[in-house]
Amino acid sequence: MFRKFGINSSLSFWLVSLGIFVLVQVLISAGIINPYWQNIIFWGAAITMVSLGLNLIYGFNGQFSLGQFGFYAIGAYASADITYRWVRQDPSALVVVIFGSILALVFMFGVSAFLRRFYGVATLTKFLFHLLATVLGFFLAVRFINPAIGKSVYAALNALPSEVSQQIVFFLALVGGATLAGIVSYLFGIPVLELGSDYFGIATLGFTIIVKVLLDNTDTLLPFPEMKGARGMVGIPKWTTWPWVFICFMAVVLVMRNLLHSSLGRAILSVREDERAAELMGIDTASQKILAFVVGSVFAGLAGGIRAHDQAFLHPTMFGFLPSFNPLIIIVFGGLGSMTGTIITGFFWIFLLEGVLRLYLPEGFETWRFVVYPLVLLAMMLLRPQGLMGRYEIAFLRRPLPPLRVKKEMPVAVEPTPRAEEAVA
Amino acid sequence: MKGRPENLSPDVEARPVILEIEGLTHYFDSLRAVHDFSVTIKEGELVGLIGPNGAGKTTVFNLITGVYRPTAGSIRYYGAQLVGLPSHEIVQMGIARTFQNIRLFANLTVLDNVLIAYHPHAGYGLGDAIFRTRRYREREKDMIERSQEFLEIFGLADRQNDIAGSLPYGLQRRLEIARALATQPRLLLLDEPAAGMNPQEIDQLMELIHFIRDRFQLTIFLVEHRMRLVMNICEWITVMDFGEIIARGKPEEVRNNPQVIEAYLGRQAIR
Repeated sequence: MFRKFGINSSLSFWLVSLGIFVLVQVLISAGIINPYWQNIIFWGAAITMVSLGLNLIYGFNGQFSLGQFGFYAIGAYASADITYRWVRQDPSALVVVIFGSILALVFMFGVSAFLRRFYGVATLTKFLFHLLATVLGFFLAVRFINPAIGKSVYAALNALPSEVSQQIVFFLALVGGATLAGIVSYLFGIPVLELGSDYFGIATLGFTIIVKVLLDNTDTLLPFPEMKGARGMVGIPKWTTWPWVFICFMAVVLVMRNLLHSSLGRAILSVREDERAAELMGIDTASQKILAFVVGSVFAGLAGGIRAHDQAFLHPTMFGFLPSFNPLIIIVFGGLGSMTGTIITGFFWIFLLEGVLRLYLPEGFETWRFVVYPLVLLAMMLLRPQGLMGRYEIAFLRRPLPPLRVKKEMPVAVEPTPRAEEAVA
Repeated sequence: MKGRPENLSPDVEARPVILEIEGLTHYFDSLRAVHDFSVTIKEGELVGLIGPNGAGKTTVFNLITGVYRPTAGSIRYYGAQLVGLPSHEIVQMGIARTFQNIRLFANLTVLDNVLIAYHPHAGYGLGDAIFRTRRYREREKDMIERSQEFLEIFGLADRQNDIAGSLPYGLQRRLEIARALATQPRLLLLDEPAAGMNPQEIDQLMELIHFIRDRFQLTIFLVEHRMRLVMNICEWITVMDFGEIIARGKPEEVRNNPQVIEAYLGRQAIR
């Protein structure tokens, strides 16, 4: 629609995004979007971020993952714990997650550089070394860094005006949750991505269940009494605001777009198309799979942080077996390998199921939502199996087609193909 | 890689050995696919591997490129042992291949197919990609230009934005060779390049093979069972049957070898 004004796709994308941002902010400030609908929008953004991550893993890289809600949960609980403790004058979670992650990343980097010097290192050995590096990183953070600098970090941040320090802590909590999800997914991905796509799906489903069971027992099995296990974590500060949601959402969209439009993105796509052929074009398919999986899981972790500080309440059932299928349904519905489709369906999904249908179905009929949506899904699979958008992308998200090269003089010309060749096909 | 001269030496006799296979043996469970296979290929040669269906030719290629790990034997490339290396590293060392049944990235564009083969030489990382740094833009432009050059050489330039799977068969074959060459190999393995081609197309293919060998200074090792192609272009031929080498030599020697005729045409043909 902007083309006739001579505005390119990139500019029009930014204009529309900015317009949506301002519009929603104004409506929220004016009270036209009430807290109920605001919650729906934030929730939609979070689910869409998880789904985009899953689309990167499944739709673009071809690895069937059911584990994204596990990483969503890790991001949510980790960032919630950071802010929960922070508002109770305890900076330990913040210090441990941030510094532990940094140390773990540094150690893992060292370990992989070390292991690269040997050929044919068994996957489990590789996994164990990385696990040790991570454990060591977090152990050092808990044992030495936190007691040493915890108090001064708290004092330094509190010296700032409270609004500023709150935003900084919230930012660090989001980053910490996302990083933690990324580290866990990396560790999990090393042994498991070696399996074929279907087996990978089963293994990731197992991961979601493990996370759910651990969350049910955070106060007994794990040393986090404030998470209160199966009773649900209450008292998380409600810090998620529309600008934060918007920034995180746009960051996810842009990172994914830029990644997919690069050489790495093409390598990720080649794994989906034909893993054997990709390997024989010199592409290290194992590391492409890990890359897509980790980036997708970081998105999920970030979404978890957003969701936790919007709902201000976390319960293990939010991350259970059934809801963990939502991102999968969304990306299949929107079109595997289409960011546009995922974004539209992700928001629409929450709008419809949690917003409209919950409000407008008569009293006692909310449960019918779960009869309606399988039927819609069934109809969809019969009528449009490639998903709502297929592989369509809006111009901004579409991979650019380079213009044809201006012909220079050819060094040596090969005969142009005659028509006969086409007849054989 | 170390010890690898940049260009072919003009003195044919002095050219180094590029690939040396010794005692290569591979079993699928108890089925013997390849037994005691040996071959030595010098730089710049065009060597053919022929044999009836199921003789183990493609398995040899799969062993060279690390798809399977051989039960026994050694494969040396410029003296470096390849057995045990992952496929992508073998390819990055300079061995490229095509497939018997075309394996393009069928849903991607023609240009993307070639660009993917350039990925190991992309020269930028995740950070450059996400933040669209100058290095990203420069390298990307360079890669696209070089890939377009390849497409031009192979007569695919005006098809660059077509979906690879939609190309006619002959062009898909060409694209597959272009993609293999984009990995910047020294040794090219062609797995039945003439499969499904008519005689006229085979003539073109022979020209193409000669052309790319001269243009890219390649050594070519090809598997084929279309005699016409092999006899015409290969300098050396190795013949396999039931996983074993039954003959080797120049085309005319092989052509008249009774064992070869027997393997191809059956015992009656010799009488």
